[in-house]
Amino acid sequence: MSAKVLLEGRDISLGFRGVKALRHVSFEVREGELLSIIGPNGAGKTSLLNCISGRYRPSEGELFFDSRPIGSLPTAARARLGIARTFQNLALFAHMTVLDNIMVGRHHLLKTGFLRGGLYWLGGAQREEIEHRRRVEEIIDLLEIEHIRHAVAGTLSYGLRKRVELARALAIEPRLLLLDEPMAGMNLEEKEDIARYIMEVNDEWGVTVVMIEHDMGVVMDLSDRVIVLNYGEKIADGTPQEIAESAEVRAAYLGSADAAA
Amino acid sequence: MALATARPCGDFRTSYAADKTIFPTRGSLIAALVGILALLALPLVLDRYGLSLLIYIGIYGIGALGLNLLTGCTGQISLGHAAFFGFGAFGSTWLSNKFGVPVALAIPLAGLMTTVVGIVVGLPAARIKGLYLAIATLAAQYILEDFFARAEWFSGGAAGAHARPYELFGFRLAGESAYFYVVLAHLVVLYVFATNLLRTRDGRAFVAVRDHYLSAEVMGIDLTRYKVLAFGISTFYAAVAGALMAHYVGFVSSESINILLSIQFFAMIIIGGMGSVMGSLMGAAFMVLMPEGLELAVHALRSTSWGDIPQIVNGLAFAKEAAVGLAIVLFLIFEPQGLAHRWRLVKAYWKLYPFAH
Repeated sequence: MSAKVLLEGRDISLGFRGVKALRHVSFEVREGELLSIIGPNGAGKTSLLNCISGRYRPSEGELFFDSRPIGSLPTAARARLGIARTFQNLALFAHMTVLDNIMVGRHHLLKTGFLRGGLYWLGGAQREEIEHRRRVEEIIDLLEIEHIRHAVAGTLSYGLRKRVELARALAIEPRLLLLDEPMAGMNLEEKEDIARYIMEVNDEWGVTVVMIEHDMGVVMDLSDRVIVLNYGEKIADGTPQEIAESAEVRAAYLGSADAAA
Repeated sequence: MALATARPCGDFRTSYAADKTIFPTRGSLIAALVGILALLALPLVLDRYGLSLLIYIGIYGIGALGLNLLTGCTGQISLGHAAFFGFGAFGSTWLSNKFGVPVALAIPLAGLMTTVVGIVVGLPAARIKGLYLAIATLAAQYILEDFFARAEWFSGGAAGAHARPYELFGFRLAGESAYFYVVLAHLVVLYVFATNLLRTRDGRAFVAVRDHYLSAEVMGIDLTRYKVLAFGISTFYAAVAGALMAHYVGFVSSESINILLSIQFFAMIIIGGMGSVMGSLMGAAFMVLMPEGLELAVHALRSTSWGDIPQIVNGLAFAKEAAVGLAIVLFLIFEPQGLAHRWRLVKAYWKLYPFAH
């Protein structure tokens, strides 16, 4: 694993008034790898993801995507660079169809503005829609949601919505995919499906994935590398094997012998 | 081979273009075309009164669609829609009276002028949401109302402004039957434009901003840009409607451009269906026809023996005014998705008839 670094966080700190959500976290994400972020509740995992996607701006430190600083870029501009994410709590466009939801992901790739869009047949909007529809269908195919492509997103079951959200993020054509608990609240079968999709996206499409997940079995099986956060600090960083053997991680999750004593 | 003429039991599309069509079946396309042809023939059948009602429906339908694009589709509330309607009305009379711009051209130009004003209002508005936005747009309504009353160079001040009749290539299109075609042409163009807009990139961005602005941003949608764009397009529609009204009535007074009209536009999109293009027209039709229907009822009652009782007749005339409010309340309770939704249900019912259950 000596691939080049796609995302680098240097000394990231994030504070909300008195509360320090992140303290001097530094990390690297290498091109093509699947990195998991784990840690107890409130450890700052989602905060870190929000810093990367642009929801929060770190109070200290800098982020580099493809060697260029992105810390001050607005959220929308980061999507254009190829950073996509899904949310922990479902964040689909509830009144749109599944197809439209996914097409929104292609927003930054489409060229037609409102004038050509309104003229539809004349300005090439129709042609562009159809071109991109082909790619969207490939994503639909991968995630096996053909049967619901015309369904309104708000009417779908939880598991399907999670899948549509993944599809929408993939439609961005991301270089970096941030997944916030993609398997939360799913049964075993659904989890296996999602794991398969994530692996396929990572292996076949070459998308770098950063994932927050609580299911240790999934984390240990899928990840190339794992980062552990606790109280806003990075306490471990290594292969799943190393993490499983780390005494510090065990202490964070189970409490240390000293604390118990 | 009797079955060859029957429609297949499913709706099979074989191309992406067909999957994105406005008209899902050939029947619906034919119905729309026949509908437009029938409308074209209406001036031969209807009297001036009937035509004037249709003209009002068309004009308010255009204005309501503008508000629906902003409020229904993009989720940005506006209580200042009437002010932009008024700005378009005054703008068009100003352009045609002062500079001799042909009316046919003055109407879209007034639309563009108002779009600039709408963007100026929209820029600060893009930073606020919900109730705060409602108040900010209300402020815009009052500021513009005041401007109309004072700026004599633009609106004629308290006296109002006379509007020239509609002219196209030297032909005067005045009177109900001619003006009906003018409104119909504007209506069809603007409705087709909005329908297309909503099935392409920027229209989806509008709905994305409404449904979940956080994830819209993550999808690369610039929130400020799209909120301002929605304001711009919405005010263009309002202004064209206002200008059409001015050149139909022949006169614009600043007093007719009040908050009540803003509320009526709001009622139209609530009754018609938030975020629905055709719902805007249905809502406008409802709001124009309901008072007329009630008027007829009051009239009919006058001719009966109860017509001698002033309490009943006067009371009913008053109830007619209150009925608008009642209609909104009833729609909010029983059909919050508006007439457009009801129409979809009717279509869905007949689609499977007689096997629907």
